[in-house]
Amino acid sequence: MEILKKLHAGNLVKWAKDKPKVVVLSADLTGSTEIDLFRDTYPDRFYSMGMAEQNMISFAGGLAREGFFPFVHTFAVFLCRRALDQVSMSIAYPNLPVRLFGFLPGITTPGGATHQAIDDIGVMRVLPNMTILETGDATEVESVLDVAHSIDGPVYIRMLRGEVPRLFDQAQPMRLDQARELSTGDDITLFSSGICTEEVMRVTRVLQERGVSIQHMHISTFKPFNDPAVLEAAARARYGVITLENHTIIGGLGTAVAEVMAGAGVGKKLVRLGLQDTYAHGASRGYLMREYRIDAIAVLEEIEKLMGMSFGITGNDLEAIRLEPMHSDAKAEAL
Amino acid sequence: MGKLMSQRKMSNWQEEVRRVAWGIRKRSLEYTIKSNGGYLSQACSSAEIFATLYTKIMKLGPSQAPMIPPPFTGVPGPNNPNYVTGVGYNGPKAPHLDRFFLSCVQYAMVLYAALVETGRMAAEGFEMFNKDGGTVEMIGAEHSPGHEITSGSLGQSLSQAAGIALGRRLKGETGRQWVLMSDGEFQSGQTWEAIQTLCYYKLDNIGVYIDVNGQQCDGEMEDVMTIEPLHSKLVAFGVRVYSVNGHDIEALAAPADLSSDGRPLFVLAYTNTSQGIEILEERKPKLHYIRFKDEEERERYRRFFQDNFTSPP
Repeated sequence: MEILKKLHAGNLVKWAKDKPKVVVLSADLTGSTEIDLFRDTYPDRFYSMGMAEQNMISFAGGLAREGFFPFVHTFAVFLCRRALDQVSMSIAYPNLPVRLFGFLPGITTPGGATHQAIDDIGVMRVLPNMTILETGDATEVESVLDVAHSIDGPVYIRMLRGEVPRLFDQAQPMRLDQARELSTGDDITLFSSGICTEEVMRVTRVLQERGVSIQHMHISTFKPFNDPAVLEAAARARYGVITLENHTIIGGLGTAVAEVMAGAGVGKKLVRLGLQDTYAHGASRGYLMREYRIDAIAVLEEIEKLMGMSFGITGNDLEAIRLEPMHSDAKAEAL
Repeated sequence: MGKLMSQRKMSNWQEEVRRVAWGIRKRSLEYTIKSNGGYLSQACSSAEIFATLYTKIMKLGPSQAPMIPPPFTGVPGPNNPNYVTGVGYNGPKAPHLDRFFLSCVQYAMVLYAALVETGRMAAEGFEMFNKDGGTVEMIGAEHSPGHEITSGSLGQSLSQAAGIALGRRLKGETGRQWVLMSDGEFQSGQTWEAIQTLCYYKLDNIGVYIDVNGQQCDGEMEDVMTIEPLHSKLVAFGVRVYSVNGHDIEALAAPADLSSDGRPLFVLAYTNTSQGIEILEERKPKLHYIRFKDEEERERYRRFFQDNFTSPP
């Protein structure tokens, strides 16, 4: 598996080349959100707004009203917590085409509770007019720009930075409100998003070798959430449905799937893995994924529980089938 | 001869501003008596500011909107093709024309009265104030007459107007942005974030009038959370600031005539919340929203109205 570095930086510069109305706004996190190359390439379209997110968001709304497409970059926590009123009233209410790039989703940062966006999808989902996208690999980091730009309204993008694996074929870009079917089966249906999909792929491989039939769907659009393939996949599961998300289990993927299942009267068991209504703390991504059961082992354990059987698979077995090459152990990027 | 003409012209605009300000107070008092409630003190403090902006300062074209506001057609969104905004009452959008942003939107009633007095909306439109199913809302949103943005969450408008000011400068447009703010909004951090941005990007195509009436929901600002000394704070931030008597229309109009110098313009208009409706004095310091205590008090306001607003001064 290919691992790419600082993909957004070069991709945004290339993509925005012939789009003069695209302007980038930064709140003192220019290197940290990979817009330094954009700043250096198109200085006339880059606006430094300082550490003042509330003003940045309303200001972006003003620019959008004059026909510009502000691409606002900061950490997700500052968009969904500090500037929520501004996002709601200056951008979402008037349905303005502002693109909000939220970095450091969930436990991807050792920055602790202040920097970990564990609630951003839930917060953004309750805003009318808001479209919500999440990137899960290099192909999605590249193609999310086209998806976002096709929307005549505000878009929140849960973005990955630094080292990002390529899980999906580059010829199959992200599509709005279209789940990716990564494996088909009818014992268990798994829904995953963002960095969790890589975890689930590891489990499905080893279980399929042992004869378990797994339907695995990768989700990259949280709003709208109308893909009929989601309901079909959930309805197919003989033993039950599992969701795995790098987010609190309230308001995100698990909730969205539950709403679809309940609305259609699909009476299957649903196990929601993710942060169990708790804040996290500062530690490495791998450590936190294990601590909060947002990983392959947790998925395996829940499948065993739903199916009432043990496959005798250990953490070491999963370790052995890791999707090489793995992320480097180099220390996390600067905040 | 030329000098005489220009003097006559001067007195014309002043008379017109005074007439509009008087009409604003009249309509606001009339409404408050009739419906036993209203943001009346805001009309007293800001009548000259609205009148001077709409009559003398702002370069606006004629209203593009129906004289009688149409019913509410829904909020903005991808599934509402019928959405209409109230910005047309301020005339067309054109590169050389100005824009108006009411930030302290609790003053919406005063704005509607100003639109009627300047011939931009029919008097029937003012009668629709705060009526179900209409757009002439108590706290207006961008579908309400004379509103371009949604300002009800106080402190966000200056940032939005700043974004619009930058956008228009990037497009080479010469029209200016006029923002009317209340002094209470200077308690909010976002206001100061916006000011530092205006100065950093040298957005001198924006002019801000502040109704410094020293009053907010809980009472006198001095007792709630003082913002003074506001003038020197603004100077320290780097804006071009003038403090004037907010009922002196010549003093209000003068800063807008200055040629731009790279700094955003702020005019602190110090005002009186009972100006022109002196009977309000007895209710000080709680003047944010007027509701009569009993029928006897309402009757006294009725008599005040008959004595003072039956015919123009």
